[in-house]
Amino acid sequence: MEVLLFALSAVLSLAGGLGVVVARQPVHSALSLLVVLGALAVLYLTLAAEFLAVLQVIVYAGAIVVLFLFVIMLLHARTPETRPSPVGAQAAVAVPLGLALWVGLSSAALQLPARASRVPEGFGSTEAVGRELFGTFLLPFEVASLLLVVGIVAAVVLGSSPSSYERRGRER
Amino acid sequence: MGAWAVPWVVALPLAGALVNGLWGGRLGRRGVSLVACLSVLGAFLLSVALTRDLVASPGAEDRTVRLFEWIAVGDFRIPAALVWDRLAALLALVVTGVGFLIHVYSVGYMAEDPDYSRYFTYLNLFVASMLVLVLGANLLVLFVGWELVGLCSYLLIGFWFERPAAAAAGRKAFVVNRVGDAAFVLGILSTGSLLGTLDFREMARLLGEGGGGLRGHPALVTSALLLFAGATGKSAQLPLYVWLPDAMEGPTPVSALIHAATMVTAGVFLVGRLWPLFEAAGPVLPWVVAPVGAATALFAATVAVVQYDLKRVLAYSTISQLGYMFLALGVGGGTAAFFHLTTHAFFKALLFLAAGSVMHALHGQIDLRRLGGLWKSMPFTFLGFVVGAASLSGIPPLSGFWSKEEILHAAHGSGALWLVALGTSFVTAYYATRATVLAFLGDPHSPGRPHDPPAAMAWPLAGLVVLSAVGGFLGAKWLGAPFHAFLGPAWGGHEAPAPDLGAVALAVAVATAGVVAGWLAHRGRREPQLGPVRRALEAQWGVEALYEAAVVRPGQALAHLLSEAVDLRGVDRAASALAEVVVRAGSTIRTWQTGNVRQYAAGLLAGAVVLFAYWVLR
Amino acid sequence: MTVPAGAYLVLSAALFTLGTVGVLVRRTALVLFMSIELMLNAVNLAFVTLARVHGDLGGQLAAFFVLVVAAVEVVVGLSILVHIFRTRDTVDVDEVDLLRG
Repeated sequence: MEVLLFALSAVLSLAGGLGVVVARQPVHSALSLLVVLGALAVLYLTLAAEFLAVLQVIVYAGAIVVLFLFVIMLLHARTPETRPSPVGAQAAVAVPLGLALWVGLSSAALQLPARASRVPEGFGSTEAVGRELFGTFLLPFEVASLLLVVGIVAAVVLGSSPSSYERRGRER
Repeated sequence: MGAWAVPWVVALPLAGALVNGLWGGRLGRRGVSLVACLSVLGAFLLSVALTRDLVASPGAEDRTVRLFEWIAVGDFRIPAALVWDRLAALLALVVTGVGFLIHVYSVGYMAEDPDYSRYFTYLNLFVASMLVLVLGANLLVLFVGWELVGLCSYLLIGFWFERPAAAAAGRKAFVVNRVGDAAFVLGILSTGSLLGTLDFREMARLLGEGGGGLRGHPALVTSALLLFAGATGKSAQLPLYVWLPDAMEGPTPVSALIHAATMVTAGVFLVGRLWPLFEAAGPVLPWVVAPVGAATALFAATVAVVQYDLKRVLAYSTISQLGYMFLALGVGGGTAAFFHLTTHAFFKALLFLAAGSVMHALHGQIDLRRLGGLWKSMPFTFLGFVVGAASLSGIPPLSGFWSKEEILHAAHGSGALWLVALGTSFVTAYYATRATVLAFLGDPHSPGRPHDPPAAMAWPLAGLVVLSAVGGFLGAKWLGAPFHAFLGPAWGGHEAPAPDLGAVALAVAVATAGVVAGWLAHRGRREPQLGPVRRALEAQWGVEALYEAAVVRPGQALAHLLSEAVDLRGVDRAASALAEVVVRAGSTIRTWQTGNVRQYAAGLLAGAVVLFAYWVLR
Repeated sequence: MTVPAGAYLVLSAALFTLGTVGVLVRRTALVLFMSIELMLNAVNLAFVTLARVHGDLGGQLAAFFVLVVAAVEVVVGLSILVHIFRTRDTVDVDEVDLLRG
C-alpha cells in the first residue's frame, strides 16, 4: 500500500517537475508546480510529517503559487523567447551537467546508512513540532518572523508605483 | 677641565645645527644667529680651556675620551673615541676660532637671504664634522668626519641650488672628492690589515721604536700612497684640484671657512696625524708628497695670474698654498707646515671676507675687469685686502712671511724643490698684487654706491687683520716661539729653525720683486697681453681639457648608453611587456563577464559538480 | 517504513536536478523562480526523509524554516521582477545584463 502510494506520488512529482521546466506558457508551469507540491504533501504524510504536509498545502500551494499566478497575470507574461538567446548552447551544457549532478547526489545519498528507526507516537504532529518550535528553535522562530516583516515592508515599498514614491520623496 | 669636556666641543656645534635645522623657522633670524654663533663660540672657549690644561700639565698628555664601543669583531676593536693632543688642539682652535669669526660675518652677509636658517644649520654641521675629523682618535672616526665635511661642502657649495652652476659645482666637488675617498678607504683597509690597528697612538707606538721590520715595507708604502691620494682629493692637489675653483659658486663665507681655512687643510692634517706612518714609508714623503706639493704650488700660482673672477684667484691661491704645506711635510718640516696652515687660515679667510664685502656692496659683482677704484669708497675693506695680500706674498713682518720663510728653510736641502718654492713665491706676490690693483686701485667706474661693510661683517674682518698682521710672531724665535714650543713635541721636539739671514733676505727680495712686477704690469689697471702664454694659462695647462676628454666624455657616453640602451629599451620594455601581458589577460577574462545570470549559474553548477565528484570519489 | 529511505532521496535528487536544469535553461524570469521553488522543495523532501530516518524532529523544523524563507523570498523576488518589468518591459533574464564587463 505504502509502496503504491509512494510510486504514484513520485511519478506525479516528476511529471510535474518536468512540466515546470518544459512548459511553454508560464501558467502551465505554475500549474505543474502545483501538482508537484501536492504530490510532495502526500509524500510528507507517508513520512510521518503531518503538520508539514498541511503547511505545505496551505503556504506553498495556497499562497505562493497563487502569488505566482497573480504576477503572471499582472505581467501578461507571454512567450517572449523569440529572440535567439545569446547563450545558445545552454541546454547542451545544462542537461549533461544536470545528469552528472543527479548521479552524484544519488550515489552520495545511497551511501548514507538509512535504517529507519522507530518513531514515537505523535512524531511530526502539530503538538510535537510546536513544542520544538517554541522550545529549541525559539530564536530562529523569532528571527523568521522578523524576516517576514522585512519581506512585507520590502514588498510594499517595491510594489508602490514610482510616481507616488517620488512624490513622497519630494514632499520631504 | 677634564677629559669630559672634549665631546662637548663637538656636541655644541652639532646641537646648534640640530636646533637651527629643526626649529630654525620658529626662532627667527636673531634666534638662529645666536644659536649658531654661540655654539661655535662655546666650542672655541672650551678648546681654549682644554688647551691651557694640556700645556699646563705636561705629564698627562693626550686626553682620550672613549665614547662607545663601535666595532668589535673578535679581537679587532674600534671604539668611537676622541683625543685631545697638541695637534688636535691646534686644529680645533683654528676651526672654532676662525669659524666663529666667519659665523659672525655670515650674520651680516646672509642677512637678506631667505634660507637663513638652512645656511646656519649647514655651517654648524660643518664645524661639528670638522671637529670630529680633527679630534678623532683613530682612522675610522677621522674618516667619518672626513665624509661628513665632504657632505657639508656639497650642501654649502650648492646652497643656492636653483642656480644650475651652483648645483653642478656641488656635484663636481662631491664626485672628485669621491675619487680621493675611494683611495682613502683602500688606504685605511691596507693600514688596518698591515698594522692590526687604526688607533693613532697604537700606530705611533708600533712604528716608533725602530718600527720592527715595517720600515720601508712595500705594504706600508702602498698604504701611505693611498692615504695621500685621499688627502690630495680633499686638499685639492694635482690632479684632484678641479673642484675647488668651481666651488666658489657657494656663498663667500663658505669659501672662506671651508675652502680656505679648514676643510681643505684636512689632507694636510691627515698627513700630520699619520706622521709615524709616512715617516716609516720610505720614499713616499720626499719623492711623492713633496714634489706633488711643489708642482701644485707652482701650477696653481701661474693659473691664478690670468683669472678674472676674484674668488677664483683666491681659490687657485689656496691650492697653491696647500701645495706649500705638503711640500713642507714632504721635506720633514711638520711644524712649518702647520704653522703655515694657521697663518694661511688667517690671511686667506681675511682675503675671502674682504672679497665678500666687495660682492655684498656691489650686488655680487666680482669680475676684476669691472671693479676698480674701491680704495676710496671702501677704505676699510681695502686695508684688509692689502694686509691679506701682503701676508700672502710673504712680506715681513706679516704672518705669511714667517711661515713661508720656515717652509723655504726646510726645503733648502732639496735643491730643485727649493727653487720651485722660491719661484712660486714670486708668482704669488705677482698675482696678489695684480688682484689688489685691479680690484681696488684706479678710478671708480662700477655702478652703485660701494660702501664699507656693516658692523657684523666689519668686526670679523678687523679681527682677521690683526691676526694676519701679528700672528706670525708666534713663530718668532726672539719671542720664545710659542707656536713651535707648543707643537714641537708632537714631532718629537723640534726647535724653531735658526734663521739664516741670507736665505731670508733672498726670500724677501723675491717676494718684493713679485710685487713690483705686478705693480708695473698692471699699473692703471692694464692687463698685459702675454700672448700664447696667456692662452696656456687660461686653459690651466690643459688639465681641464684632459679631464674633459678622459673622464667627462666617456662618463657621459656611458651614462647615455645606459639610459638609452639599457634603461629605455631594456628595462622599460620589460616593464611595459609585463603590463601588456596583464592587460591582455584582463581583456581575455573580461569576456567571461557577460552579465548573463544563467551563464553564471551554469558555471556554478559545473563547479559544484566537480567538487561533488571529487568528494564522492574520494 | 516499507519504502527504503534511499528511494526518497533519489527522488529528491531528481527533483533538485530538474529544478537546476530549469534555472539554466529557461529565460522567462517567472519560470526561473518556479524552478528555484522546485529545488527548494526537493531539499525539503530530503530533510523530512532524514528526519524520519533518524527520528529527529530537527529535520522537519528545518523544512519548516525553509518554507518560511521561501515565502519571503518569493515575495521580494517577484516585487523586484515587477519593477524590472515596469522599467524595461521584459521578463527575459538575458536582457538584464548591465553587469556585462
